[in-house]
Amino acid sequence: MVSIGKIARRTFLVGAAAVAGGVAFGYYKYRQPLENPLKKGLAEGEATFNPYIKIASDNRITVIVPRAEMGQGAFTTLAALVAEELDVTLDQITIEHGPAAPAYYNDAALREGAPFPAFDHSMVAETVRNAMGVVGKFLALQMTGGSSSLADGYEKMRLAGATARETLKAAAAQKLGVPAASLKTEAGKVIDAKSGKSLTYGELALDAARIDPPSDVALKPRAQWKLLGKPQPRKDMPAKVTGQPIFGIDVQFPDMLYATVKMNPQPGGAMKSFDAKEALKMRGVKKVIAIDSLYGKGFAVIADNTWRAFKAADAVKVVWADGPGHRDDAEAKKILAGTIAAGGGFSLRSSGDPDKAFADAPREKLVEAEYYAPFLSHATMEPMNATARLKDGVLDVWSPNQAPSVIKIIGARLTKLADDKINVHTTFLGGGFGRRIEPDFSDYAIRIAMETEGRPVKVTWTREEDISHGPYRPAALARYRARLGNDGLPVAVHGSVASPSVMAGMVGRIMPGLPTAGPDNLILDGAYNQPYKIPNERVDGYKAPLSTPVASWRSVGNSFNAFMHESFMDELAHAGKIDPLEFRRKLMADYPTAIAILDKLKTLSDWGKPIDKTRAQGVAFTLSFGTWVGEVVQVKDENGSIRVEKVWIVADPGMVLDPLNFKAQMMSGAIYGLSAAIGQQISFADGAPQQSNFSDYDAMRMNQCPDIIIEILENSGHLGGAGEPATPPVMAALANAIYALNGKRIRSMPLNGEISFV
Amino acid sequence: MKLQVNGTVHELDIEPDMPLLWALRDELNIKGPKFGCGAGLCGACTVIIDGQATRACQTAVGDVKSNVRTIDGLGKPDALHRVQQAWLDEQVVQCGYCQAGQIMNAVALLETNPTPSDKDIDEAMSGNLCRCGTYPRIRAAIKRAAAGQQTGA
Repeated sequence: MVSIGKIARRTFLVGAAAVAGGVAFGYYKYRQPLENPLKKGLAEGEATFNPYIKIASDNRITVIVPRAEMGQGAFTTLAALVAEELDVTLDQITIEHGPAAPAYYNDAALREGAPFPAFDHSMVAETVRNAMGVVGKFLALQMTGGSSSLADGYEKMRLAGATARETLKAAAAQKLGVPAASLKTEAGKVIDAKSGKSLTYGELALDAARIDPPSDVALKPRAQWKLLGKPQPRKDMPAKVTGQPIFGIDVQFPDMLYATVKMNPQPGGAMKSFDAKEALKMRGVKKVIAIDSLYGKGFAVIADNTWRAFKAADAVKVVWADGPGHRDDAEAKKILAGTIAAGGGFSLRSSGDPDKAFADAPREKLVEAEYYAPFLSHATMEPMNATARLKDGVLDVWSPNQAPSVIKIIGARLTKLADDKINVHTTFLGGGFGRRIEPDFSDYAIRIAMETEGRPVKVTWTREEDISHGPYRPAALARYRARLGNDGLPVAVHGSVASPSVMAGMVGRIMPGLPTAGPDNLILDGAYNQPYKIPNERVDGYKAPLSTPVASWRSVGNSFNAFMHESFMDELAHAGKIDPLEFRRKLMADYPTAIAILDKLKTLSDWGKPIDKTRAQGVAFTLSFGTWVGEVVQVKDENGSIRVEKVWIVADPGMVLDPLNFKAQMMSGAIYGLSAAIGQQISFADGAPQQSNFSDYDAMRMNQCPDIIIEILENSGHLGGAGEPATPPVMAALANAIYALNGKRIRSMPLNGEISFV
Repeated sequence: MKLQVNGTVHELDIEPDMPLLWALRDELNIKGPKFGCGAGLCGACTVIIDGQATRACQTAVGDVKSNVRTIDGLGKPDALHRVQQAWLDEQVVQCGYCQAGQIMNAVALLETNPTPSDKDIDEAMSGNLCRCGTYPRIRAAIKRAAAGQQTGA
């Protein structure tokens, strides 16, 4: 048994940040109630009840959703949590992202990031999870990621709605002279059934805001839900089908300037010199300035039109210095392999004694394999951009971002302005996938705005700049070995996974100066915490010293570990001559949630039934972000090229708050994963990334898209995430299907390095 | 130079080689067409000229002689075009960034081919990238709009 003290010392890096946070803020701050940021800036006739709700006398009801709407549907489902308890319809409310404020901290992102499998509910695991939640509050970390929005908001936002509802009832009780308990609420009104009188929330709002809210309110039981658990039309849909200017890139002001940046393509490399003489002669060009940021070295062109800025940036003569990183892919692989060879890895969970089990293993019972996954770009549809204005001692940043509190920290660092002089406006995001947690694009915009004498400036990156600069999903290399028993099942499994640390990278970029030593459980996510029962099992993680900046990328460590671990499980099944789905059923026998998924998958996909010779199926399973997901991929050989024909997904997130949106997320995650598995990589030559646009970094297209069949189960008993969990298993399921089709085992992504796709 | 967009003629003093996309976005503040790649690879900037789906990022503004239709002129939230309505009915959208281009491409397809087969849809729509993976719902919405077009609904 591992002691809590030991875990606290060796636990992952936000643990280190926790210590620093505690020192910086002191314990007392955690005990203080967090201020409602909506109190500042209320309009005439408007009242606020908590950080999530504003109600105006004219019955305008505003719900704050402090998580970035980047396509995952957070706006609608999170707002429904408030609306459900407030007793208003979704048509009655307006939804806003709201300001950056400590009140909107996300503790679930850290809680769920604790280094324990989701099915581990031991006291140690729960204690550390709770401690991580406290860290979230300490750091006031407002971010969207880790598929955590619903887990984080599920209680907080329902309580916000319920508390406001009860306060409105109390105000109505005073006005009508009846006990509050006799009143009902419905569709934005408090109703006194006895007298037939009713008052709208707008009529009550100002009076209600003066009443102390009740400290204990009852939440509605699930059976009484009107909105939650049922599909809701997405609130952001009308604006998005009519081309409204809602994205960061659409921000517009009358006196606005337009800029672009060009940074050294070699990560960490300096700019030796630049010559802007020709560029400055070009039409509309105002200024060319050097940018020397933690996130990159290069220059910005400020002009009166984005295209003129792009064109002038190409005319600047620049000399880049080499960066400190690996020169090419061969060197990256050598560093990854060398990290494992050097030893000194960390592990987070083990069973039995794998070292002993391998020491006397007969050669013919051993299975060994090595897997590789490349660096990946996020390639959001909306290229990186942000708009900033520094005027009269106030900094405003309009940014399509996943972490507004980080932009505030950076704005304060750059401009030396006080916290209350910095406003971060989160626009809609044209995709996020983890890329927009990063502060670089906002940092550059703030630096450029410091050079425009008070005029707002919109900074748009070219697609080339976006794809040829990280931070990237890290490359990873894993070695697995297993000892099979006489029944064909593994007696022992041992894995070694090397990858640069995403957590060290993110902490270093967001809060430079905080310690980033220690293990990073993200390196092992998807490998160490899967519901397989193997008598002797351990996966060791190795932080590889690759200096290329790496970031969260949809499903983070799971994105490579699931491919590797689930490919290896498939290899073991074939080596042990057991059907791959049955193999998983046997090893997951202790987990009914997993068994139900596998059984459902088997039925849906007609698994095991013979299909014609040109078709085959592969299966994979990953538990990530609290959601259990099994997927079957069916491939078809079309004249030597592989077509991904069908995908079946069975997912168990414990409880589904919006089934339509949840299914959309499953579909989205699978297509995102297939895009990467089939053909994406950021390769390096001469120290620089080689890809630059959708010509050499493409994604799945309409004509390649499979039929996707999705089924939801609700057995796990724990509210899991939606945005990421479908991505990890699909990559292995595809590789496993190709093996089933033609016996070709592909252990390196992207798979089109070894086989062609339609 | 003169540029007609959604029926309105604008007078512009800009370089004729400026891509139509940036003339629309930065000079005329018509933000429907989106910048995605600048190389004709993703379709986010799709507009319709002379009935043809056209990549605004690859079209020099000086070469445009006809009216440019963008999503900004297609329909409004209270008076949607049937393709937009089909998009709503199928709840197609996620992040939404590519969808203006997807919708304009689909409008051009349905105007020339009112009953597209799956293969027709693949051929017409595969130049439009969506990173959220909304393709199955886009296909369903195109079919729904096509059916509505047939019955006049």
